[in-house]
Amino acid sequence: MATPILEMKNITKTFPGVKALDDVSFQVAQNEIHCLVGENGAGKSTLMKVLSGVYPYGAYSGDILFNGQVQQFRGISDSEKVGIAIIYQELALVPELTVYENIFLGHEIRNGFLLNLNETVRQADQILRKVRLDVNPAAKVKDLGVGKQQLIEIAKALSKNVKLLILDEPTAALNDDDSENLLNLLRELRNQGVTCIMISHKLKEVISIADTVTVLRDGQTVCTLDASKGEVSEPVLIKHMVGREIDNIYPRREHMRSDEIVLEVRNWSAYSQTLSRDVLKDVNFNVKKGEIVGFAGLMGSGRTELALSIFGNSTGFQLQGDLFVNGQQQKFSRPEEAIDAGVAYVTEDRKTKGLILIEDVKQNITLANLHAISHQGVVDSNAEVQVANEYRTSLNIKTPSIEQKVGNLSGGNQQKVSLGKWLFVKPDILILDEPTRGIDVGAKFEIYTLMNDLVAQGMSIIMISSELPEVLGMCDRVYVVASGRITGELVIDEATQERIMQLATS
Amino acid sequence: MTFFQDLQRVLRQNVREYGMFIALFVIMAIFTVLTNGLFLSARNISNLINQTGYIAVLAVGMTLVIVIRHIDLSVGFLAGFLGAIAAIALVQWSFPVVAVIPMVLVLGIFTGLITAFLVAYFGIPAFVATLAGWLIYRGLLLQATMSTGTIIIPNAAFNAIGNGYIPDIPGFDMIPGHALTLILGIIAIVIYIVSEINARRKKQTYDFEVLPRDIFILKLAFIAVVIGLVTWVLSGYNGLSWTAIIVLLVVGIYSFITTRTVLGRHIYAVGGNPEAAELSGISVKRITYVVFGSMGLLSALSGILFTSRLQSATTTAGTLFELDAIAAAYVGGVSAAGGVGSVFGSLIGALVMGSLTNGMNLMGVDISVQYVARGLVLVAAVIFDATTRRRGG
Repeated sequence: MATPILEMKNITKTFPGVKALDDVSFQVAQNEIHCLVGENGAGKSTLMKVLSGVYPYGAYSGDILFNGQVQQFRGISDSEKVGIAIIYQELALVPELTVYENIFLGHEIRNGFLLNLNETVRQADQILRKVRLDVNPAAKVKDLGVGKQQLIEIAKALSKNVKLLILDEPTAALNDDDSENLLNLLRELRNQGVTCIMISHKLKEVISIADTVTVLRDGQTVCTLDASKGEVSEPVLIKHMVGREIDNIYPRREHMRSDEIVLEVRNWSAYSQTLSRDVLKDVNFNVKKGEIVGFAGLMGSGRTELALSIFGNSTGFQLQGDLFVNGQQQKFSRPEEAIDAGVAYVTEDRKTKGLILIEDVKQNITLANLHAISHQGVVDSNAEVQVANEYRTSLNIKTPSIEQKVGNLSGGNQQKVSLGKWLFVKPDILILDEPTRGIDVGAKFEIYTLMNDLVAQGMSIIMISSELPEVLGMCDRVYVVASGRITGELVIDEATQERIMQLATS
Repeated sequence: MTFFQDLQRVLRQNVREYGMFIALFVIMAIFTVLTNGLFLSARNISNLINQTGYIAVLAVGMTLVIVIRHIDLSVGFLAGFLGAIAAIALVQWSFPVVAVIPMVLVLGIFTGLITAFLVAYFGIPAFVATLAGWLIYRGLLLQATMSTGTIIIPNAAFNAIGNGYIPDIPGFDMIPGHALTLILGIIAIVIYIVSEINARRKKQTYDFEVLPRDIFILKLAFIAVVIGLVTWVLSGYNGLSWTAIIVLLVVGIYSFITTRTVLGRHIYAVGGNPEAAELSGISVKRITYVVFGSMGLLSALSGILFTSRLQSATTTAGTLFELDAIAAAYVGGVSAAGGVGSVFGSLIGALVMGSLTNGMNLMGVDISVQYVARGLVLVAAVIFDATTRRRGG
C-alpha cells in the first residue's frame, strides 16, 4: 500500500452518556476514493467532524496524521490550511449571493481593502470549468438546482487547494443523472490528485466508485475492504454494517391478525414548494386494528414527511391521493382535524416540535386535549392535576413534581411526557416517530412494553424507526421507504435486517 | 433563625417574581423622601393611578402580543385616533355616550383584526405591519382633527371616565373619608386572603411545593397592608377613580383568561413553541387574530381613557404610548423569546414607569433627564430579567 495521506489512530470521542467513537483507526491512501459506510449512528459523521476540526484537538483522544505529520486542529480553518475540506449533507452556501461570491466566501481575492472582481470572476470561471459546471458565475445560488449547488460546493473546496475532500452523503438529495455526474467528477478529481472520502448510504454507488471501503458499526471500525481485490459487494457490506445480534430487549407478545383496516393511504404524493421537488411519490399502505406497523428507511427518506402529511399537513405540502381513517375518506387541513379523527403524532424532535420546554409537566400533558378537562373554556385545575398524575404514574415519569418544567427533565422522561400528552388525546392510531431516539435502554424497554399494552387495547401504532433491531423486535409488518417511495412491504416473519437494508438503499 | 433562612431562600428562588415589586417600592420610597412625602400624598397617588391607567391598559394587551412573539407599534396613534373618533361622535354627531363607547371599542377590535390579517395571512413581520399602522393612524388622527384642531368635549359623563371618582355611600359618616373605597379595600383584602389560603390548601393536598407557613403569613400580611394603605390613602382624597376601577377590571379579566382558561393556555403555548402548539392542534393563526384583536380593543379603551382625561381630542394624542406600553411590559417581566410574562407583572411595570415620570415631574426634573432616567431603568430591568433567567434556568 502506498503511503497513506491520512491516518487516524485510536480515535475515541464521547458525548455525555454515549461513546460515539470507540478506538477507531482509519487509513486513507493517496489518490483513492475511500467510502465510509455504516448504519445511522454508527459514528461516520462524528469521525469526519473529528478529522475536519469541528471537534477540536483535545475534545477527542487519539492521533490524526496528515501526510505523515501529527495534526492538532483547533477548528475548521486549521484543517482547511493543510488542505482538508468537508462538504456537508446540508449545503453551506448562501442562497442570496452569486456563484463566484460563494466560491470565494471567506478567502476573497483582494486588492488591498477592495475586492478584485476581475480576478475573482476569472478564477471562478476556471474552477467552474474544472467541475464541468456551465453556469454564469454572477448567477445567484438560490436560482440553481441542488445538483449544481453540490458542484459549487466542490468548486469552493477546489478554490482552497484541497488535497483531501470529504463528502457527507453528497448524492442524498440528487436525482440519478446529477448523482452520476457527481461520481464522474470525483473520479476525474482523483486522477488530478485529489483524495476523496465519501460517506454514503447508497451501496450501489459505493460499489461503483470506491477503491476502498471502511465499515463502521456502533462507533467501531468493523473492517476495511479493498475493491481491487474484489472484496466489496452488497451482501458483504450489509453483513458488516448490520452485523450484531439482536439484543433481547423486546418484550414478547402475540402478533395480532385483524383484518379491520383503520388507516389507509392510496396513491399519496406530496410536493414541497420550498424544496421544489416531490418528497413523497405514489405511497400506498394500510394499518390494521391492533397492529404495529413499522416504517423503516434511512434518515431523509421521507418517513417523517409522510407522517406529517397525514397528520394535518402542517408543513403545507401539495398533496395528492386518498386518505381513509376508520373507513371514512379524510382531507385534513390542520392537525386539529386529524386529532379529532383519532390520529396522534409523537414527533421525532421532542424538544423543538413536541414539548413546550418552559412549561411544566402537567401543562404539556394536557395541551392537546384541554377541552376534555375544561368547562365553558375554563380549565379545571383539579382535573388537570389528576390527569397529569395518572400519566406520571402509568408511564413512570421520573420528575420531582408535575409542576416541574419539562426542560429540566432527562430525555427519556421528556419522551414519556410527550407520549402522555398524545395518549391523553385517546387516539385510535398513534404515529410514533423515532420513539426511542436518544434515550437509555431502561426507558426504551418501558416504551416498548407500553406499545404492546396499547395495541392489546385495540390501538394501532405506526412506528417510524431507523433502528432496525427495534423495527424487527416490535412490528407486525414493515414498510421500507427510500427517496419518498415505498420500496417494499415485509411481513415480520420474512423481514431481516439485510433485506430491509437492501430495500432502503435501493 | 429558620424563619430568616426560609425567607432568604424564598426570596432567592422567586427573585424574578418579587424583583419588580421591590423595584416599585424602592422607586416610591426614593421619591417619597426626595419630595418630602409629597409623592405619597393622597392627591398624588390618585393622580399617578389616573396617569398610568391608559398606559397600563395598553401594557396588558402588549403583554399578550409579546408573549406570542410579536410586537405592536401602532397602538399609540391608534388610541389617539380612536379617541378622536369618540370626540367627533360625541361633539359633532351628538351621539350619546352609551353608544359611542361600544362603537369605538368595536372599531378597535376591527383595526386589531386588520393587523392580525397582515401578520397571520400574509406573514408580514408584525414590526413592519404595525409600523405601517403607526404611520396610517397618525395620518388619520391628523386628518380627523385637521378642520377643528383640538376638539373640546363638554360631556360630563364621558369626562368622568378619566377624571371622576366612584360615588360614596350617602349618609355613611361613621368612617371618616371615602367610605365605599375603604369598604371595597377591605373586601379585596378578605377575598385575597381567602383565595390564597384555599389555593395553598389545594396545593398541599396534591403535595405541591408551597411557601413555608410563616413566610406565607408574612406575604399575606404584607399584601393586605399594601392594599389597605392604598385604599386608606385614596379614601382620604376623593376615593377610587373610575380609571382605577376600569384598569383593575381589565387586569382582573385578563389575568383570569391567561391563567385559567383554555384560550390563555393556547396563547402561552403558541408563544412557548409555535410549532409544537400547531402540532398539538392549536391554530396559531386563530390565536394571532385573538391577541391582535384584543390589542385593538384595549387601544380603543386606552384612547377613551386618555381623551376623557384631557376632556378633549388633540392632534398629538397617543404619541409614544406604544413605547411606554412596551417598556412597561418588559419591566414587568415579559420575555421577547415568547411564552413568558404575566398581565399583572405588566401592570406593575406600568406603575414603575408611571412612578418615575410622576416623581420626576414633582421634583421638577427636566424632561431631557427624564427620558434618560426611564431608559436606564428599562435597561436595568431587562438586564435583571436576563441574568436571573439564566440562573433560574
